[in-house]
Amino acid sequence: MKSTQLAEKVSMRDVFGETLLQLSVEDEKVYALDGDLANSTKVDTVASNNPKKFLQMGIAEQNMMSVAAGLASTGLQPWATSFAAFLSKRSIDQIQVQIAQPNLDVKIIGAYSGLLTGLTGKTHQALEDLAIFRTLVNMTVLAPADGVEVKKMMEAVHEYKGPVYIRLARDPYPTIFDNDYKFEIGKAVLLKEGTDITIISTGTQTSRSLEAAEQLEADGISVSVLHMPTIKPLDKAAIVKAAEATGVIVTAEEHSIYGGLGSAVAEVLVEEKPVPMLRVGVKDRNSESGPNEEMLEKYEISPRHIVKAVKEALKKKGL
Amino acid sequence: MNLLLNEEKLTDLTKRASEARRLIIETVYHAGAGHIGGPMSAVDVLVNLYFNEMNIDPADPHAAERDRFVLSKGHSAIGLYCVLALRGYLPIEELKTFDSLNSRLQAHPDMNTLPGLDMSTGSLGMGISAAVGMALGAKLQNKDYRTYCMIGDGESQEGQVWEAADVASKYKLDNLVAILDYNKLQQFGWNGENEAREIPVHEPEKRWEAFGWNVISIDGHNPEEISSAFAEARKVTGKPTIIIANTIKGKGVTFMENAYLWHSRIPTDDELTGAVKELEKGFDK
Repeated sequence: MKSTQLAEKVSMRDVFGETLLQLSVEDEKVYALDGDLANSTKVDTVASNNPKKFLQMGIAEQNMMSVAAGLASTGLQPWATSFAAFLSKRSIDQIQVQIAQPNLDVKIIGAYSGLLTGLTGKTHQALEDLAIFRTLVNMTVLAPADGVEVKKMMEAVHEYKGPVYIRLARDPYPTIFDNDYKFEIGKAVLLKEGTDITIISTGTQTSRSLEAAEQLEADGISVSVLHMPTIKPLDKAAIVKAAEATGVIVTAEEHSIYGGLGSAVAEVLVEEKPVPMLRVGVKDRNSESGPNEEMLEKYEISPRHIVKAVKEALKKKGL
Repeated sequence: MNLLLNEEKLTDLTKRASEARRLIIETVYHAGAGHIGGPMSAVDVLVNLYFNEMNIDPADPHAAERDRFVLSKGHSAIGLYCVLALRGYLPIEELKTFDSLNSRLQAHPDMNTLPGLDMSTGSLGMGISAAVGMALGAKLQNKDYRTYCMIGDGESQEGQVWEAADVASKYKLDNLVAILDYNKLQQFGWNGENEAREIPVHEPEKRWEAFGWNVISIDGHNPEEISSAFAEARKVTGKPTIIIANTIKGKGVTFMENAYLWHSRIPTDDELTGAVKELEKGFDK
């Protein structure tokens, strides 16, 4: 495991754009649908290099998702892309009625997810998307941690037939995975083994959790980091195993503390293996626009806050 | 207007529409739930689609080259089910399961349950967008099938309808035909007595023209006008067509016509008898 401080940083959206271009070239059924954000989401790679496979739906997310359903019903595989905030809230009825319930092969890409959306503030942040999407029947919900995982995930999602939501981040993140990493839908990835506590993280919070784990090791605390790239279907066995191994859990996500990874893990623990746990996420409050590091600090989801939560959780365990 | 239907076909379509209307009323009576007014206004167009216009085969409801139909005004589902039953997609007897547990005939169309339904609808404004996707899918894959979609006038208050109108026009979907069931009534009244209860859409022709569509206005209960409009739409290139079907909510049963209470009222025994008696006259034509 490389130190996350030293790792090369790669932007998920760049990898997304390149990979979708590749898929659109290789598979005649793959189409990119844009809600006029292509140069932000980086789906503009398809518009520029494979324009026949690029469908501009304009600033009308509801129509875009229903059109995607119609396209999928004719045997195509549309990849509909917009900001996570708009897809998860503006067009969720369309996604439920015409994509999730009929189990159509539509890939939904929520770019600019979470809190760090590039000085755009609360209208453009998505802190509820995991909560919303994981309640939809038939829906697979994914949150990659780095550029390598984005590519591997997209290749797996392309092979999988059915509706999938992928949340992506705007800014570059440290590369965690090697190129021979094998992603599997529904499987957690144990990134670091320890004995005192397990941090279960998803998406962008996985590299911050690894950073927190390095600090904790320096303080003599042995930490496991379990990366959960699939929020639904959740790898329950991995969660139960972690609870049995370390007896206490902290979850970390760039998402509301309500309904996302923390809630999903808590549901499993309560029913299968009750152990103490704490959730690191954005609490029940309005957010705002601001620089990344200051946002992480103010909204209590920085590596420092993960460290703090781990130490508090260990007290619950009696250590 | 050119007459496209011979006497035999005209009689057949008229008779089937009367049969469908009787089935609608009997089914809603039996289920104790459902809509009557909207399905009755839509049924002449639905019968024409399934018995005259569309290239479909009830024995092969998933055929890749079939024409598609989306009932965007999903609450008229019972009207579509009755026509599908008459066309052979399901046994007439099965209509009695409408709205009951485990039925393939859900209150609003569910494409998962009943083969022959090309899209799930019910939440308004969505069906027309899905139809745009189907028509666009045909263009992208060089397929010749056509896509039909019925929307409601009340439904046209949904902004998504106009998002769809915009994109259909942009992609020049001349393989797409929308039908507006323009019955000028919606759930809560719209009897025009004051501003709050004005009719849903004034001059829909102007709106659709402004969005770049080919517009054809017809009497939506006249089989010859319906057939001619479909034929005319086939000749248009470079733009989608909308048929403004001027209809009467509750059409076919005098006491139900233009009465907004029949949007979703359940008939009493006497009302059922009266309605069936009036409709049976249509069978003899």
